[in-house]
Amino acid sequence: MVSALPPLADYAARLGDDSLVLGQRLGEWCGHAPAIEVDLSLSNVALDLIGQATHFLGLAGAIEGAGRDADKLAFHRDVMDFSNCLLVEQPNGDFAQTIARQFLFSHYQALLFEQMAQVKDERFAAIAAKALKEVNYHATLASDWVVRLGDGTDESKARMIAGLDWMWRFTDELFAMDDVDAAAIAAGAGVDKAALRADWDARVDAVLAEATLARPAARRAIVGGRVGRHSEHLGHLLSEMQFLQRAYPGASW
Amino acid sequence: MTKEIRRILESVPDPEIPAVSVVDLGIVREVSADRVVITPTYTGCPATHTIEQSIRAALDAHGFADVAIETALAPPWSTDWISDAGREKLRAYGIAPPPKGAGASALKNAQAAECPRCGSMHTEEVSRFGSTPCKALWRCKACAEPFDRFKCH
Ligand SMILES: [Zn+2]
Repeated sequence: MVSALPPLADYAARLGDDSLVLGQRLGEWCGHAPAIEVDLSLSNVALDLIGQATHFLGLAGAIEGAGRDADKLAFHRDVMDFSNCLLVEQPNGDFAQTIARQFLFSHYQALLFEQMAQVKDERFAAIAAKALKEVNYHATLASDWVVRLGDGTDESKARMIAGLDWMWRFTDELFAMDDVDAAAIAAGAGVDKAALRADWDARVDAVLAEATLARPAARRAIVGGRVGRHSEHLGHLLSEMQFLQRAYPGASW
Repeated sequence: MTKEIRRILESVPDPEIPAVSVVDLGIVREVSADRVVITPTYTGCPATHTIEQSIRAALDAHGFADVAIETALAPPWSTDWISDAGREKLRAYGIAPPPKGAGASALKNAQAAECPRCGSMHTEEVSRFGSTPCKALWRCKACAEPFDRFKCH
């Protein structure tokens, strides 16, 4: 179960796990994207995300104080100990599905980091302020593609709609609050995610309108990632990501 | 002594753009007799570790093994910290330097870049993401050459 970690460390690990899992997912496109420019874009975004993960997981380990560093947390935890949201572990699907996931997540992350850059705890604020500059690029990149695919051919539009439809069920979880969030806010490190919802809706709706796409219909949300209840997809992702350190513990360059 | 340390750092090249030093790029934030504070350019920049190792090696080689290297994330690195000399070196190396005014980076990055080869402003962005996190891919419509542009960040 997730938390062998104290609440503030858990909070940092959630942030780190979101970035790590999405970074790993995007890395799967490396060498396979539809064009070299797209390949470079997705790899760059992946690098930014893995950089964020290094900082947040390093912070989680430091707060925990049990000698675990970012690598230890990334490579030596089991699937139920990961606390990322379900959205980021969703499979890449086709390019439109990947873009849908990025679009929904990057706008959430931008709003989250805008607020976190202002929190009292300087460790969280510093990582958020730095990452925010990069996340704004991610949100722009993804939004541009949503418009291009949505307002494109019949084929690209159909795929963009299907991609958004797949990902939409996992968006409510982004704004869900629990005891860990409350503890982080009390400690001067957390953000009221529920309060980001209205701005997120506005940003997402504006892009969808430009893309001539309707907002996907509301449906029952699927949640559980924050407490370690994941889809089958995460285990497969981790088995690939963690293989080397599991097979050869402590191996280094 | 800090002057000498600074001079050593000015000779440490960026691993990805060796035409400029870590000082030119604004990576070095603070130099004192017992420590050097550096800041990463991008969160996930793979060169971050190499940069720290290069600085360590250069300091050690000049007898400053006791000078510590610390990393600070805040305030976040900005291309406004790239020196004028650094900007000229980038241009000479074939990379369009970043526009100043990182507070309005989205706007600045959309404005036409000057081709580092022929000086034409008749250019267009091919991709906001280039060969490294800090660069975008551009094309000159006058001389028909592609070029990198350092993103305003
Ligand atoms: Zn030219």
